[in-house]
Amino acid sequence: MTHQDEVPFDRGDAVAAVERLFRNESPIVLATLTRHLGDLQLAEDALQDALASAIAAWPTNGVPDNPAAWITVTARRSAIDRLRRTRSLADRTERLAELSRLESQANDSDPASIQDDQLRLIFTCCHPALNLPSRIALTLRTVGGLSTAEVARTLLVSEPTMAQRLTRAKRQIRDKNIPYRIPSPQELTERVAAVLKVIYLIFTEGHLASEGERLVRTDLCTEAIRLGRLLVNLLPREAEAQGLLALMLLHDARQHARIDSHGSFVSLADQDRSSWNREEIDAGVSALRRALQLQKPGPFQLQAAIAALHAEAPSADQTDWTQIAEIYAALARLDPSPVIEVNRAVATAFAEGPAAGVRILEPFLIDPDLERYQPLHAAHAELRRQMGDFEAAAEAYRRAIQLTTNNVEARELRQRLADLRGETA
Amino acid sequence: MTQYMMLIYASSEEVASDDPSNQISKWIDFDRTLKESGVHVADHRLEDIDTATTVRVRDGETLISDGPFAETKEWLAGYYILDCPTLDKALELAAKAPIVGTGSVEIRPVMEVALPAERVAG
Repeated sequence: MTHQDEVPFDRGDAVAAVERLFRNESPIVLATLTRHLGDLQLAEDALQDALASAIAAWPTNGVPDNPAAWITVTARRSAIDRLRRTRSLADRTERLAELSRLESQANDSDPASIQDDQLRLIFTCCHPALNLPSRIALTLRTVGGLSTAEVARTLLVSEPTMAQRLTRAKRQIRDKNIPYRIPSPQELTERVAAVLKVIYLIFTEGHLASEGERLVRTDLCTEAIRLGRLLVNLLPREAEAQGLLALMLLHDARQHARIDSHGSFVSLADQDRSSWNREEIDAGVSALRRALQLQKPGPFQLQAAIAALHAEAPSADQTDWTQIAEIYAALARLDPSPVIEVNRAVATAFAEGPAAGVRILEPFLIDPDLERYQPLHAAHAELRRQMGDFEAAAEAYRRAIQLTTNNVEARELRQRLADLRGETA
Repeated sequence: MTQYMMLIYASSEEVASDDPSNQISKWIDFDRTLKESGVHVADHRLEDIDTATTVRVRDGETLISDGPFAETKEWLAGYYILDCPTLDKALELAAKAPIVGTGSVEIRPVMEVALPAERVAG
């Protein structure tokens, strides 16, 4: 049975439609193929062959009822052909053994095994033996189903560079013999943390985009949330996975309020809260609740809790800063970093006054290694200004300007420094 | 199955902080763990880094010097050759090496080279 009414007239349209359909099915088919073949590169090559066959066949014969099944069967056939054509004897003997195993294998489309296959692929792409840029690229390409060109564009590197990065990563999987498996219970929490880190990095890449690249980058946020949901569905008892999903949804809900009509960033305090996406906030809060019920606290859950407190405050001055400061303190205990301490200082200042915030920053200001963190001085300056200590504020703004690498930020800081002079006049 | 070399890098911190007999029993345990896992192929402990001599030949001149190839914070103390089904097995075992709290363990596959006679054309 085929769908003759779906066949478009125009050849170009036909190819585009086939490619789109193929793209939707690819990540799942790739995961299953990788398990069958035990080789990601071979699976990708076979999938490409199947795409070519689909482009040749579907516009004429119509789209098959079960495209995923058609693609899988066609790709397996192509993989078998490729294995037969392997030139070196050492490889060939091994491969011929694979062939007989493959040819007798049943084509399983049981939902549980499809999910397992996807999980395997995610864990492989995020394996700690691969470096972080490789993990991100591989995840976007093979789990996210983005083309190499799309991954390159979204991560702001050239296509040849990205192609090389992906090839190298797949070669490392083969050479290091990184397995395609779901980690054992002992390894699971650590490996899940590695996956979450990759997904979160994809999200922040998209979330921190400036106006010009916005369209492409919003796709990254959507993709990260989709991957986050996938992981939660596959591993419902991993509290931090729920926590990450909650965090991403709560941040994404504020997306439209973050940039004004001139393309400048709007601070949290000044954002129009009526433009926040309430559905996403509700979804984020639900995910957080599910996470907390699992009683396995962690940093993503804590960050999500902070985001939830912001999301649920009807206005900026109704924000529960005391609770937020406490959660930052808990975060700092897990992960003592300048980023968190600066946020904690700001929250504490809101809760207890600027002097309390400055006290938190002080040890960082005198540490030559940690001191080189620009937001530290920007925050310090603001707090000193609030205390009426304009000299110290000016000095802090100047240090912040020295350290900043972003033109938009530098302009903003210079403006604040100038405004200070207005206040002292 | 992949053969990996597990290179054991010690740090001075490690040597100073532990009682020698305690160290020895930890290595004996580690050795047993590897053998019981069925992955152990070979191993050698090297003498102290003080005993190293480095040889280079540059522009036809043979240069011999006292010490390792480079002065580093961590130095090669020994190695294991392990035959493991995948990298994950090697990583799991490496994490048990008595050195990892202060030193490092590098895991790298041993190259499989097919001799020319074994290659078949077409």
